[in-house]
Amino acid sequence: MDTLTTTKPLATYVVRHADDNLVLGQRLSEYISWAPELEEDLAIANLALDHIGVAHHLYDYAAEVEDDGRDADGFAFLRDERQFTNVQLVERPNTDFAHIMARQFFVDAYQVPLWDALARSADERLAGIAAKAAKEARYHLRHSRMWVLRLGDGTEESHRRMQAAIDELWRFTGELFEADDLTDELAAAGIGVDPATLEAPWRRTVLATLAEATLDEPHETVMRTGGRRGLHTEALGHLLAEMQFLQRAYPGLEW
Amino acid sequence: MVTATAARVREILDAVVDPEIPVLTIADLGILRDVAVDDDGRVVVTITPTYSGCPAMDLIREEVERALAAHGYHDVEVRTTFSPPWSTDLMSEEAKEKLRAYGIAPPRSGDDEPIRCPRCGEPSTRTVARFGSTACKALMVCERCLEPFDHFKEL
Ligand SMILES: [Zn+2]
Repeated sequence: MDTLTTTKPLATYVVRHADDNLVLGQRLSEYISWAPELEEDLAIANLALDHIGVAHHLYDYAAEVEDDGRDADGFAFLRDERQFTNVQLVERPNTDFAHIMARQFFVDAYQVPLWDALARSADERLAGIAAKAAKEARYHLRHSRMWVLRLGDGTEESHRRMQAAIDELWRFTGELFEADDLTDELAAAGIGVDPATLEAPWRRTVLATLAEATLDEPHETVMRTGGRRGLHTEALGHLLAEMQFLQRAYPGLEW
Repeated sequence: MVTATAARVREILDAVVDPEIPVLTIADLGILRDVAVDDDGRVVVTITPTYSGCPAMDLIREEVERALAAHGYHDVEVRTTFSPPWSTDLMSEEAKEKLRAYGIAPPRSGDDEPIRCPRCGEPSTRTVARFGSTACKALMVCERCLEPFDHFKEL
């Protein structure tokens, strides 16, 4: 039994993907008003909104499956760091614009095949949410890919920064494709997807884009892991402290 | 107590417009999925979001309840569905024409069609920002009349 987030495998699985999207959406939100141009500020806000929207729909569903009185806000605002099961990639800080777009690009290249696969899930509700998210992820990917190309194949400085971002974040990408007992169980039931099957399409997108952007594929490195088990980098705690402050200080507050 | 019929409910809901594009009703946009009235007279309205993060959904839910309450229907449930996902393909030609008249280039049926300027019809236009003022729109500019305009993105 996995008591990390919920006692029901389907709910735990759904919460993982919700956590990825909530944490990334919150990270992107932090950057609003800091983008290099106004149009990009709107883009970041829209990306954040899409990710938080997907997270909300997934938490709603997890709450229904769990059926234990906890609602979407309970998942988002009243769990501690060790109960969040997002991959570490999405919690990485907004170091600079290159890091933000490299992180987004790695996530988008993963979410396109992920949502496509989950859109064929035997679970109708999950399939519906995924089918909608798949369309949005394609649009996100066009945007983040454009920035990887533009910065990679841009000036000496933009190239240096994008290469540094790709190199720095690379070690957080292995976790996207890790299978465990939960994904085995749900993939076998035709509800979930085996994460390992997402690696080949991800690599195709990423390597083709890096080559076109005149960026080098990073050297092999030891991949970080642990997010799905609630083990995080120190960056997540700070993000949650800010995001959850109001509900922690004034439980049940509404406006 | 007013006895509801699905047809009457749809008629009332024809007055509910999208808060971000007030020339289109939620029926025009394909946000209104289904209307049902059960044996006890309870009205069940099913809506679907355009975008996952559409911030207007809560407001639309309230508008639906308010419109029905104004006509005496108080036993109302608004449900959200995701399947099949909303698509701009579901938008009627009439709705697209309303958008154009409002100054927004409507979604195309295929990527190979040009995005025409809603003011002068010019097919030569370019994207200024892929993400516009709301999640469903991109910002464009016309190469002929030089006017900026919104394009309702295909989804
Ligand atoms: Zn024009």
